[in-house]
Order: sequence, then C-alpha cells, then structure tokens
Amino acid sequence: MRMSCRVNGETRTADDVWPGESLLYVLRERLGLPGAKNACEQGECGSCTVYLDGVPVCSCLVAAGQAEGREVVTVEGLAEGERLDPVQEAFVTAGAVQCGFCTPGLVVAAHDLLQRDPDPTDADIREALAGNLCRCTGYEKILDAVRLAADLSGRATARADTGPDNSTGSA
Amino acid sequence: MEMVQPTTWADALAAKAADPELLPIAGGTDVMVEMNFDRRRPTGLLDLTRVDELRIWSVDSGTVALGAGVTYAEVIADLGQLLPGLAMASRTVGSPQIRNRGTVGGNLGSASPAGDAHPPLLASRAVVEVASVRGSRRIPVHEFFTGVKRSALEPDELIRAVHVPAATGPEQFSKIGTRNAMVIAVTSFALALDPSERRVGTGVGSAAPTPRRALEAEEYLADALETAGCWESREHPATSVVRRFGELVAEAASPIDDVRGTADYRRHALAVMARRTLTWAWDELRDDDQEVAG
Repeated sequence: MRMSCRVNGETRTADDVWPGESLLYVLRERLGLPGAKNACEQGECGSCTVYLDGVPVCSCLVAAGQAEGREVVTVEGLAEGERLDPVQEAFVTAGAVQCGFCTPGLVVAAHDLLQRDPDPTDADIREALAGNLCRCTGYEKILDAVRLAADLSGRATARADTGPDNSTGSA
Repeated sequence: MEMVQPTTWADALAAKAADPELLPIAGGTDVMVEMNFDRRRPTGLLDLTRVDELRIWSVDSGTVALGAGVTYAEVIADLGQLLPGLAMASRTVGSPQIRNRGTVGGNLGSASPAGDAHPPLLASRAVVEVASVRGSRRIPVHEFFTGVKRSALEPDELIRAVHVPAATGPEQFSKIGTRNAMVIAVTSFALALDPSERRVGTGVGSAAPTPRRALEAEEYLADALETAGCWESREHPATSVVRRFGELVAEAASPIDDVRGTADYRRHALAVMARRTLTWAWDELRDDDQEVAG
C-alpha cells in the first residue's frame, strides 16, 4: 500500500508498504531517516522514540498505516539547519553520548519533557526517561545533559524575553 | 495482509462482522510486538485509532464511561480524582511512550492475566460494554476474563467502553516488579473501599490464569469492619483482621512458577500487598474525614 504522512514538516510518501510493518521501518528503510534506532522492537528500549502528532511514542509499535496522514517528528527534525536544539547541544557538551545508539530516543524524550516542563526536578527527569535504556551505563551524564538543556533553554527564553524585539515593542 | 481503518463505530462493527478474523489494533503496544517478532500474522488489522467515539470518556450518575481508546496517559491526566485506583495502576504501565499509546480497551482486549488495568477494574466492579452489528451487551469485568489471554468477546464483537463506578472512598494499587518502569507485574493487587455501601472490592493480577477478585477476602473484611464498628469509628481494623485479609487474598490466587517469579513468592507478596494497601486506604479514609471536619 501507499502511505503518506508529514515527517519533519514535509509531506513524505512511501510505496509498497506492508500494512503490518512499523512506522520505524518506514522511517529508516523507506524514507532514509535512520535517526530513530531499531533495537528491541517491543517498546522496551525507547531507541525508536519519535513524536507522533506531538506525543512521544515508540515508532516500532506504530503500524505504518496508523501513521497515515499524521504528523511525525524524528530526531532529525529537532535541529534548525546546522543549529542544534539545546537538548542536542547539551548531550554533546555534557558528554552524555557513549556508543550513541540510545541517544536519538533520549534526545526526543528529553525534548518532550522540557517542552512540557522547562524546569524539571531530578525525579521528573528520571520518570520522563524511564522508557529509554542506555547499556553503556551513561545515565549520570544523561541526567547532567538534561539539566544543562533546561538551563540552556531557560537562558534562551530569558534572552528572547528581554531581546531588542520585545523591548522596542516591534515583535 | 490488509489494514481496515474505519472512522466511525458503525463502520468498525460492520468491518468486524464482515471479517471476524480482523485483529483490532489501538495503541499497538501488544499487537505490534507480536507482529514484529513474527508470533502472529493476522489476515488483517482493524485500526481503531481513527474512531473518535472510542477516544472519549464521560460521567453519568456516578459512573465513568471510559471509551476503549482512551490512553493510560489520559487516564492519569484526567481521571485521578474519579478513578484513583485505575489512575494509580496506569502510572505503573510501561513508560511514558507506552502510556501515550496504550489503551485500557486494548488491555482488556489482550486479556493478559498481568494487565495492569485489570485489578482496579475488578476492585471497582467495572462493566465492559461490547458490541457487534447484532447489538451490544454489558459484561461484568470479573466475567470478562475466561482464560489466559482469553475473554468473553465473540469473534464479531469489539470493546466499546468500560463503565467504572467513580470512587466513593479510598482506592489503592500495588505492583511488584524488578524496577519502577517497563515491567510486567510479577503480581499486583488493587483495593477499593466503599464507605457508603460498606463494601470492599479487590483485584488480583498476575497470580492466576485470569485476573480475579478475592471474593472471600472481600466478604471477610467487610464483615469484620462492620462487626468492629470501624466504618463509623474510622478506627484502624485490628492487626489480626488485616493479617487475615492478607491471607485470604493470597489464598484466592492460583499462581504458577514462571520466569518472573515463583508461585510461593506471588502468594507471599499478595498477602503483603493486601495488608499494605488496606493500611494505606484506611489512613486515607481517616485523612479525608479530617479534611472534611477541618
């Protein structure tokens, strides 16, 4: 079957999709977006986390046809051109990447957390990332990265609030 | 393999009637695992995520009609006050990603003995509404589960909603697992106290071929609370009563040894969870009284 959905802001179409295949397979194998990773295929590891209609989900558990016409954002869609999202920047700065396999899923999950709660407690961070496994045992650095991302995002918001556009009232 | 994607409930029922082999899929958190691992190759999937009627809940005469497609995340966000036991159990489901997709209706459809929603639904005496083109019927949830991953659903029927009486008193849920997230219950227990009717509700998970109530334990505790005047006095039930309640809950189970735990461990854990949830619930009852008095 043919399926279409919005992926990272663009309408994308894939042909010869088997209805039982996962959204993850469509993204990686048919649309050339290998950011979301294929690991457990049973929703345990979170490596395949993407936004589906604005909500983080395991793309391995979404049947391709279920995503028809829906809005998908993958880790590839978080950066603006060459400018990394603050969450991505924080993972690099904090050294929260070891083998890197779990990173895309963690970045999307952390991105969602900070959108909902710009100043999360450690307990909130742990809860939000409970569905993402890292087997290099890098959790401490990952927590550092999310805290740093919250700081970076907070500073960016503060800059925007006091920026020239706002102060001159031209925004 | 085909995928049928109705957008109305009537079309969903018609599709299921036309091809009862169609496998319903909602959040996909069970179905897709079986597909990904080649454990199941249905002739077709019936995608219910586009049927808006399933995605809503409403309250009528003190009962919540919870559409089969309402997710755990929505139960947690919206129903913590009306259905605290179900909301507590929902918080223990999988991970944020799983709770964003998984539905209470899907949990019922899979009918796993370990389904997290089942014990609180049993404790609250919920009723499952199922339908086909032939009509609809309501099945008390304790009659819904008929075997391991088997339910009373006929091949042409779909789950429309589950009707859950809103809590009239404290509800508690406890689940044993190896970590806080992403665990299938080793065993679980739900308790609902109904001070107005002076009734006790229980639900035992992952300790028998089906989720089940601990009927003798319910009757024993309700009688003991009545006899000791605890409902009026709000005094904690005697230690011997709490212990006996735990024993009866454990006796209601028929657990097996499996990869997640032994039968002995499950029985022991059930007695502990029954005692603890009763203590927590009674504390809550007393706190609520104080709030009302204050």
